[in-house]
Amino acid sequence: MSSTTIDEFRRQIMLRTPLRIRGGGSKDFYGGAPGGRLESNLLDTRAHSGIVSYDPSELVVTVKAGTTLQELELVLAARRQFLPFEPPRFGDDLADATIGGAVAAGLSGPRRASAGALRDFVLGLRMMDGAGRELKFGGEVMKNVAGYDVSRLMAGSMGCLGVILDVSLKVLPVPMHEATIRLEVDQQRALEMLNRWGGEPLPISASCWVDGVMSIRLSGAEPAVRAAKLSLGGSPVDETDAQLFWTSLRDGKHTFFCANTAGATLWRLSTPSVTPPVISTDRTLVEWGGAQRWFHSDAEFDEVHALAKSISATATAFRTTAGRENVFAPLAPGVLKLHQALKHVFDPHGIFGHGRLNPEL
Amino acid sequence: MQRSLNLVHTANSDQDFANADRATLLAKLDAVLPEGAWLHVKEDLLPYECDGLSAYRRVPLAVALPENEAQVVAVMRACYEAGVPVVARGAGTGLSGGAMPHEHGVVLSLAKLKRILRVDRNARTAVVQPGVRNLAISEAVTQYGLYYAPDPSSQIACSIGGNVAENSGGVHCLKYGLTLHNVLRVRVVLANSEIVEFGSDALDTAGLDLLALFIGSEGMLGVATEITVKLTPKPQAAQCILASFDDVRRAGDAVAAVIAAGIIPAGLEMMDQPAVRAVEPFVKAGYDINAAAILLCESDGTKEEVADEIARMKAVLEGNGATELRVSQSEAERMLFWAGRKAAFPAAGRVSPDYYCMDGTIPKRRLADMLIAITGMEKKYGLRCMNVFHAGDGNLHPLILYDANVPGELARTEAFGADILKLSVDFGGTITGEHGVGFEKIDAMCGQFVSDELTMFHGVKAAFDPRGLLNPGKAVPSLHRCAEFGRMHVHGGQTAFPEIERL
Ligand SMILES: Cc1cc2nc3c(=O)[nH]c(=O)nc-3n(C[C@H](O)[C@H](O)[C@H](O)COP(=O)(O)OP(=O)(O)OC[C@H]3O[C@@H](n4cnc5c(N)ncnc54)[C@H](O)[C@@H]3O)c2cc1C
Repeated sequence: MSSTTIDEFRRQIMLRTPLRIRGGGSKDFYGGAPGGRLESNLLDTRAHSGIVSYDPSELVVTVKAGTTLQELELVLAARRQFLPFEPPRFGDDLADATIGGAVAAGLSGPRRASAGALRDFVLGLRMMDGAGRELKFGGEVMKNVAGYDVSRLMAGSMGCLGVILDVSLKVLPVPMHEATIRLEVDQQRALEMLNRWGGEPLPISASCWVDGVMSIRLSGAEPAVRAAKLSLGGSPVDETDAQLFWTSLRDGKHTFFCANTAGATLWRLSTPSVTPPVISTDRTLVEWGGAQRWFHSDAEFDEVHALAKSISATATAFRTTAGRENVFAPLAPGVLKLHQALKHVFDPHGIFGHGRLNPEL
Repeated sequence: MQRSLNLVHTANSDQDFANADRATLLAKLDAVLPEGAWLHVKEDLLPYECDGLSAYRRVPLAVALPENEAQVVAVMRACYEAGVPVVARGAGTGLSGGAMPHEHGVVLSLAKLKRILRVDRNARTAVVQPGVRNLAISEAVTQYGLYYAPDPSSQIACSIGGNVAENSGGVHCLKYGLTLHNVLRVRVVLANSEIVEFGSDALDTAGLDLLALFIGSEGMLGVATEITVKLTPKPQAAQCILASFDDVRRAGDAVAAVIAAGIIPAGLEMMDQPAVRAVEPFVKAGYDINAAAILLCESDGTKEEVADEIARMKAVLEGNGATELRVSQSEAERMLFWAGRKAAFPAAGRVSPDYYCMDGTIPKRRLADMLIAITGMEKKYGLRCMNVFHAGDGNLHPLILYDANVPGELARTEAFGADILKLSVDFGGTITGEHGVGFEKIDAMCGQFVSDELTMFHGVKAAFDPRGLLNPGKAVPSLHRCAEFGRMHVHGGQTAFPEIERL
């Protein structure tokens, strides 16, 4: 069954017409416009689905790319394990997102600053390159330095290098205990607190500041969470409300993201956590201990990218109704050259994901 | 035909750099480096002829010791123009021959680039030059209650540049990650002397994750000249359990059981009886010399967390047949427990004239199978082996004991090692967990990857270094080499290297 699916992928690749690799389509809005300048055919990964292997005591799951995140996370939850990078699901229906799409987009959720990014959990993968070759990189073990780390290069490659077939991910036990607290502080003060706490051995697993309220999630052994709650102060948040809140952040469903600001672009700024509140907009949402900031703006893309660069940050036009040519920050010329050379190695006929990651690729 | 190979790096054969213009190169080095910053007299070159794996040695054409990035760029440009290979070198503690020189090439030592450029206490980052020693970073930030988490056993000596090149791990990487997880940015001089940066001071950057690709690339893609590392708050408390088992299988099962119980220990190490017996007389760590294997199981965090986790780990270990359990009662005792583990390599050096350290990784469930198989191999090759494992992540360090002065022992040792690596791959693991392929495991790569995959690696290499000047002949075997090596591997129904003519 699956091998015929893979044969079908190869058949499509061998036609050498531009291809847009797609799972559930939950991230169609993200990155350069699908297809870029070129008309492209769809390579739908969803028929290639299912768990290949899962051994909880190895902390590794291998899964086919078309498997939905929902299915994967249910399987893990049954063994009290989870994907620590909390990949966003987006979409009108949270059940649409696939693991292949999550890996290709490379996005991580609220736990990013404490647990690590999606790419940190990629242990290996099987892929098909632009010449229709099936290739396997990395593996199913935690430590593996044989060969260049191609699997992690595929994380965040936005379908411009090849088709991810199966991926092996490190998983972790669900924290024994979680609690969320809230404090009322201004942004400046919140950033100071977050950076100070970041330097202390506290079990903070997520943070968010918006509209004068800072939410902090604590995860770990019960006594550690209890002690941290006492030392941080603030008021406790009901468990169900907390769950809904962090999930809404993870999936981009928090009202902040949806606010109708008359066609303004939603920007994501990846910045050193210590950067003061520089963005002069009405509202900012701060995550990741200060290292991720969200805001709406109708400024020119180039202007926002330049501003971000001036503070050692990287801006992404995350959701926009404007043209999607330069949603990502421009690459330095030397780095762009490497991108083009790598693109040629993986996709010699230039068929995958035009313009999705970079207008030049 | 031979010479044209010098111009473009391809997957097919190894290049020969014998025709490089030595005189012009030396004149150029002299022009770009200060007096004493480059060496070319044989006796000065000898200290550089090998890395930590001394079984493989080569004398380079010259050694360059630049003092700053501009000089690194100048050396790289000179070598590029002369078509001369460059082998980057940190502290030379590598265990796979990665920094072993090329006989027609220049060794580019980063040892003089050893300044910590900036520490940002608030942002918990440090910007360092590549020659800075791993431990020196932690020492410089300890006053802020911070440290650099990856802790290879060689941390007093090895350089952060070498760590980046090898994606080095340590005994605490199960919980705190490898180099990959603790580096934010690298500044790199490419083979053509161009400077690029991968990653940034923030968590994410635009484009492909070239930072991840560069980490662990063994000096093949570029030379790191500046590195931003993440710093971690020091845990408030730590405690370690020392557990004995009378059967290796029970010890292996206990490792899996700890993880299955939802615990991620700060460290989870295993030593077999020969390792314990080699170490104990010297260190007096209190290890049980009658145990078939011992486990070291550490917890760190807040005091409350540690107390809770130690109790849970104890219960799991007891439930899995530990014959003796001791929990460290003081920091001194905890350090003593670890001293034994950390002395494993030197102890091997004491009980045997030479030892050969292997580095495969396997799924944890196969730990006992591997130990039992190694016992069989000891008989087959007539050599002893002691085993220390980073058990929590399945990374094995069998130490094969031999005497290089006994004719044939080195060859038998290499065959023994090759058997272990082959079995690691057969068990679903890998030929190297943290020491790298280097020169040592180049043939074993032919068993782990098929020709299309190796071709892709060569493609990646060529994207960064089209002329193949950086560390030639390391990390990824040419297809010819694999064809000659013969012991080829078939996976996914692919015949290995059918297109390559056997010589
Ligand atoms: C006793 C002992 C214990 C060890 N324990 C561990 C352990 O616990 N975990 C572990 O992972 N390793 C361990 N090692 C192996 C070794 O210490 C690591 O691989 C270390 O990272 C090598 O660093 P180095 O500075 O010595 O690099 P070198 O040996 O000098 O070089 C290693 C490789 O890196 C390349 N390189 C060096 N600097 C640069 C640079 N600036 N830019 C690009 N490439 C560069 C070289 O070309 C070479 O390929 C141990 C070694 C010894 C001798």
